[in-house]
Amino acid sequence: MSTLTTQLRAELNVVRRNGEQLLVTLGIPLLLLGFFSVVDVLPTNEEDPVNFLVPGILALAVMSTSMVSLGIATGFERSYLVLKRLAATPLGTSRLIAAKTLSIAVVEAVQMILLISLGFILGWSPEQANWLLALCAVVLGTFAFAGIGLFLAGNLRGEVNLAASNGLYLVLLLIGGIVFPLDKLPGALSAISRCLPTAALSDVLRDALMSAGQHTTSSWIVLLVWAIAAPAVAAKTFKWN
Amino acid sequence: MSAVVVENLTIRYGDFVAVDNVSFQAEFGEVTAILGPNGAGKTSTIETCEGYRAPTSGSVQVLQKNPFTQRTSLHSEVGVMLQEGGVYPSARVHETIAQYCALYNRGVDPATLLTAVDLESKASSTWRRLSGGEKQRMLLALALAARPRVAFLDEPTSGVDINGRDAIRHIINDLAANGTAVVLATHELDEAERLAQRVVLFHQGKIVANAPLATMRSAQHELRFSSTPTLNVQELSTHIGLQVVVHQEHFVVRFEDIDSAFSSELVQRVSTWLNDKNLPLNNLSVGAQRLEDIFRHLTGGTQ
Repeated sequence: MSTLTTQLRAELNVVRRNGEQLLVTLGIPLLLLGFFSVVDVLPTNEEDPVNFLVPGILALAVMSTSMVSLGIATGFERSYLVLKRLAATPLGTSRLIAAKTLSIAVVEAVQMILLISLGFILGWSPEQANWLLALCAVVLGTFAFAGIGLFLAGNLRGEVNLAASNGLYLVLLLIGGIVFPLDKLPGALSAISRCLPTAALSDVLRDALMSAGQHTTSSWIVLLVWAIAAPAVAAKTFKWN
Repeated sequence: MSAVVVENLTIRYGDFVAVDNVSFQAEFGEVTAILGPNGAGKTSTIETCEGYRAPTSGSVQVLQKNPFTQRTSLHSEVGVMLQEGGVYPSARVHETIAQYCALYNRGVDPATLLTAVDLESKASSTWRRLSGGEKQRMLLALALAARPRVAFLDEPTSGVDINGRDAIRHIINDLAANGTAVVLATHELDEAERLAQRVVLFHQGKIVANAPLATMRSAQHELRFSSTPTLNVQELSTHIGLQVVVHQEHFVVRFEDIDSAFSSELVQRVSTWLNDKNLPLNNLSVGAQRLEDIFRHLTGGTQ
């Protein structure tokens, strides 16, 4: 087994064993999609709320895996000196990052399959979906959120990082265009939200899957900026131990 | 060729000098103890040898490589045991050991390694459920997974019970017997005395002694006895021509072992003086000083 495969397996074991990570990456997105699709209480501007929800929940899934799950796990690995110990093996930084990236890809693939399957079961009907464009959006979103997660993980103590990641997750869930349309938010908040990676990812996914993006061009720009800037800042500031 | 060569190493953290111009070497097939109290600069030195930090000045060579700039190639032959931590709490023992054996890829069988550190019965346990001694043995196993030519072990017996210490000592002795250069950082003088062939004594960031343990001990001898507390130390010192100090209810005379006859003569002079004064002579011992005493002597204080 190569060193990369060995480390990928170890990364996936960490995800599998941490119940709270599975709750965030799978439990909450599935629950929100199922609940708000059946209980029509959201001001989604859609006849069938599932059509609004699926792209937003896919964005939430990307955020939960690449920001919350990766960030919290990495933060604790830093606190427990796991990263320090691994740094003294032949693994090397590049293969460690590659293993973490691949583990995110595996988890996101499982999330997408489950969420899209549930969406179809609940009556989701994508119109002229451009899956390739959606995949590009997911990749950019993954870079953006992983950058934010690793920035927090590389600079905060494990417990503080845990609280900050979960707090940010909740805020972005509420004001990131995932379950509430941005035009339902107060004016200033709506403007701020459009600059957030969650809103940008939700919007481009809605456009790619439902042809229902509202500010598609600006959302792609916002997402691209986050995808470049966040990992760059994380790489610049990350403290290994 | 020495396994580890440290020359004029200085490590600063801002204005604080943690390690001040130290030089030493570690040889294959030997245990070299980096010894000193907490904060003496041991961990900073050993972490520089492991490649975690660059020296502020001076140089470090491990297996003739620069550990900071040639980390990746060097780490396949170097075993590292951190002072604490290094394993995710939910990670299982056998999985972690197998992971490190695969990462090092040096042909070490995880099952054999598990047996060597006596953790077969804990193979399925998670790290968080291990006792202090078991954790130390597991960290040692991760270092052994490298089949190391050089092993850096930071406080390997810290927090370990007596049986666990014996097991760890046995493994370390085997490692050195098989040709590995073992560099052991510890603040436990007794541990160094049991394991090391060479001792490098750190005090406040500097090396105060660097010699084979046998040489260091034979250079410093002591005569130790107990008597009545009213014994006139000054008068005895004058009589034998050497300073007598009181240490833990014992009277201690430290001297360099000039020749074997000197010890006998010294005993004779002390016992005669006590006899003349009608004072008791109990618990008499003469011999090489313990490392603890040498350390106190060299640093002029307590550990």
